[in-house]
Amino acid sequence: MNAVDKTGNLSRRGFLHVTALAGGGMLLGARFPLDGARGAFAATADAETALNAFIRLTPDGIATIMAQNPEIGQGVKTMLPMLIAEELDIPWSQVRVEQADFDATKYRGQMAGGSMATPMHYTSMRRVGAAARAMLVEAAAKEWKTKPEKCTTEAGAVHFKNKSLSYGELASAAAKVEPPNPRTVPLKDAKDFRIIGQEIPGVDNPQIVTGKPLFGIDVTVPGMKYAVFEKCRVHGGKVKSANLDAVKASPGVTDAFVVDSTAEAGSAAPAPSMFQVGLPNGIAIVGDSWWLINEARSKLEVTWDEGPTASQSSEEFDRQAEELSKQAPEQDLRNDGDAAGALASAAKTVEAAYQYPFLAHAPLEPQNTTAHFHDGGLEMWAPIQTPQFARGDLAKALGIPEDRITIHLTRMGGGFGRRLYWDYMLEAALIARQAGVPVKLVWNREDDTRFDYFRPGGYHYLQGGLDEAGKLTAWRDHFVSFGEGRRFAPSAEMMPNEFPQGFVPNFALQASKMPLGIPTGALRAPTSNAISFVVQSFIDELAVEAGKDPLQFRLDLLDSVPAGTRTAFDPQRMKAVLELVRDKSEWGKADLPEGTAQGVAFHFSHRGYFAEVVQATVSKEGELGVDRIWVAGDVGRQLVNPSNAVNQVQGAALDGLGQALDQEITFEGGRTKESNFHNFKLLRIDQAPPVEVHWVMSDNQPTGLGEPALPPVPPALCNAIFAVTGKRIRSLPISKHDLSWA
Amino acid sequence: MAIAFTLNGKSTTVDAPPEMPLLWVLRDELDLKGTKFGCGRSFCGACTVHVNGEPERSCRMPVSRAEGKEITTIEGLSEDGAHPVQLAWQEIDVPQCGYCQAGQIMSASALLASNPAPTDGDIDEAMSGNICRCATYTRIRTAIHRAADIAQAPSATSHETATGAGGSEA
Repeated sequence: MNAVDKTGNLSRRGFLHVTALAGGGMLLGARFPLDGARGAFAATADAETALNAFIRLTPDGIATIMAQNPEIGQGVKTMLPMLIAEELDIPWSQVRVEQADFDATKYRGQMAGGSMATPMHYTSMRRVGAAARAMLVEAAAKEWKTKPEKCTTEAGAVHFKNKSLSYGELASAAAKVEPPNPRTVPLKDAKDFRIIGQEIPGVDNPQIVTGKPLFGIDVTVPGMKYAVFEKCRVHGGKVKSANLDAVKASPGVTDAFVVDSTAEAGSAAPAPSMFQVGLPNGIAIVGDSWWLINEARSKLEVTWDEGPTASQSSEEFDRQAEELSKQAPEQDLRNDGDAAGALASAAKTVEAAYQYPFLAHAPLEPQNTTAHFHDGGLEMWAPIQTPQFARGDLAKALGIPEDRITIHLTRMGGGFGRRLYWDYMLEAALIARQAGVPVKLVWNREDDTRFDYFRPGGYHYLQGGLDEAGKLTAWRDHFVSFGEGRRFAPSAEMMPNEFPQGFVPNFALQASKMPLGIPTGALRAPTSNAISFVVQSFIDELAVEAGKDPLQFRLDLLDSVPAGTRTAFDPQRMKAVLELVRDKSEWGKADLPEGTAQGVAFHFSHRGYFAEVVQATVSKEGELGVDRIWVAGDVGRQLVNPSNAVNQVQGAALDGLGQALDQEITFEGGRTKESNFHNFKLLRIDQAPPVEVHWVMSDNQPTGLGEPALPPVPPALCNAIFAVTGKRIRSLPISKHDLSWA
Repeated sequence: MAIAFTLNGKSTTVDAPPEMPLLWVLRDELDLKGTKFGCGRSFCGACTVHVNGEPERSCRMPVSRAEGKEITTIEGLSEDGAHPVQLAWQEIDVPQCGYCQAGQIMSASALLASNPAPTDGDIDEAMSGNICRCATYTRIRTAIHRAADIAQAPSATSHETATGAGGSEA
């Protein structure tokens, strides 16, 4: 960094540095490790010294805070600056928020995923604000010739006796103060919070409601052309030949060419997890109007080498899974006690086969990237959740150094995990390089639906055993999934300690796999969004067989952990949310009309504890209506922004509802059959019931909310349907089932 | 082909293929990016604009059909973002990703123009063509009711933070 910076506490644990601004004021940067950083996020060598916050304080008293993480609708652009502003002790009205570009030399943990922003940044961002406040206080104390401890701050000013100086007045003097050690600077007590815990509307709301160009798809650069990219409908297929001349003669088309990046990828190939079916291959059409070049695609006549995936289909997967279920499992993921023996001696046993489909992410903003090669480097504008990983891969695939690639982070029109993958960024870069002009690649909805990194489908063959008293004694799950050898396809795995592991003495989790030529990946609450449906539905079956109330059966199960057993989550925290949702939904007490019933489920994921009740009405003819959803959640002692917290939870719950009701991606001949919102159906407002959100404020570190409210909804709904109709839903979506009853 | 219409109160002439959808004329020819591309087949409503005051899906409307019409986009809904629906959307803190919200706001403002005090049922019916992938539907309903109140009593307009936005209750 700048040699004239004043830098405090050059410890290996982190430091701050301050710079005087030319027009007066201070710029404070911070470098230190993030809270809870681990795994992939802690892998880089510069992890401990990357700058991860910026505050610019100008003489007008305005604090401009850089929002470092990509905004995908999770509210992080508002939330992270709130944490800084709280400890800075400045009114929110004097805060401005700017989106930072991707810059690994300055920031750390610039990614959106895994509901990680709150656990990673909750304390570190506050420390940045507290350090800035301490410097302002010290500058004021110097001016008044008193001790900093005797000064107080409030509303963007430092006070001592009857004197006060605003932060704006102090900013230039504070720039000369030695920054404190951010790890020891005192933080506020939660009872003194003025911003954290307040309902702060999203900082981009004024731009959103007036239609300002915030999104990747809105980017324009001078001299830019538009691009579309036609790929083989069979996943992994490649171009053999095409009538490019005919396409080039179409209105609005300036260029058309084959992109075959496999030819140029050398030994430094990008991560295979990102390019599961190979590097981009297809036909680029470039021109002056996106609509015209997209129309020109209909003139394409292409001979494809479809490759081996052409033999894969959903029907074939179903058939293979059924066959595998009858054979000995390939591998044991977990074995506690003796499940087979316990099942043989159980008073009652239940067997069931569950199945869930592949799903698409379907963010409303189709994939896009603007790519511009100039001055020996590549400049990109992209909606991307993982800019750091993307840049590393792009550098390898394109054969240019990472530091020659600039990525501007645009607001994202949703992601739900889709924009963890950067296939469209590489496509845009390859097309721009070959076309020799800046291009904006925009996929149409059909591209977006067909060429996803799908939530993988899966199959579970379950057996459960109960003793005479109706207590669960044995659980066996033969999980038939996708992958090869020991490796599961991405997001097709299952944690060996998945509930009810630890809560039942005899537990066996076994797996078999089918090869898959279709890309898969993380969808909001990955693995949990599917596993919860299976586990929490089968638990319900066991409760019914045991003659117990399904909610009480779950409470009893949560209480049944032998002392000293390690479980994946804290049973007492889960019990608390289950009891809260029981009370709020008036479980078992509400006087419900015939045809209406409640179902319950809980799930732990992304550090969050969620129990939910769904109330559904099914007519005798089988028409389903969802009346209301009650959510009880525990994400620790503090909601940073309760307005956004409720919004995220309501959205996640309704997302789970949409998945359960009517969503399915299927394959035939290696091709995705669904193409747009008429056959991949997203939830609409007339299907959306009220969602009540309640909290258990447990004394634990605050954690994230983008994901964990989703998984309980599908099983809770299916359990409610069973309670009305006596029909157990063992495969999704629900729309495939006849729900009529008499 | 030259096509003339009124766009956000100003007479506008564009030279575009007559079959080009109005959406792409707005976005790529006139650089009005507020109207969004979501599906291209009128399934999602992200591209909703007003044509002579009625909500229309601009992704399926050939620009030739705009000839002589009054077109309003999100950029022209109000001078300064002060349309009751825009105010209510901010007060209730509706957006998550925000991508669909221009279309939602255009549908909601058309609804309120014809029905100043809609019920939840009216809202569901009028808004079911607009997908919100983040599923902010609970707040969309709340915000439309709030916009109806603001429109009827403009003095009640408030820029305060979203107290009780969605609240703990639905």
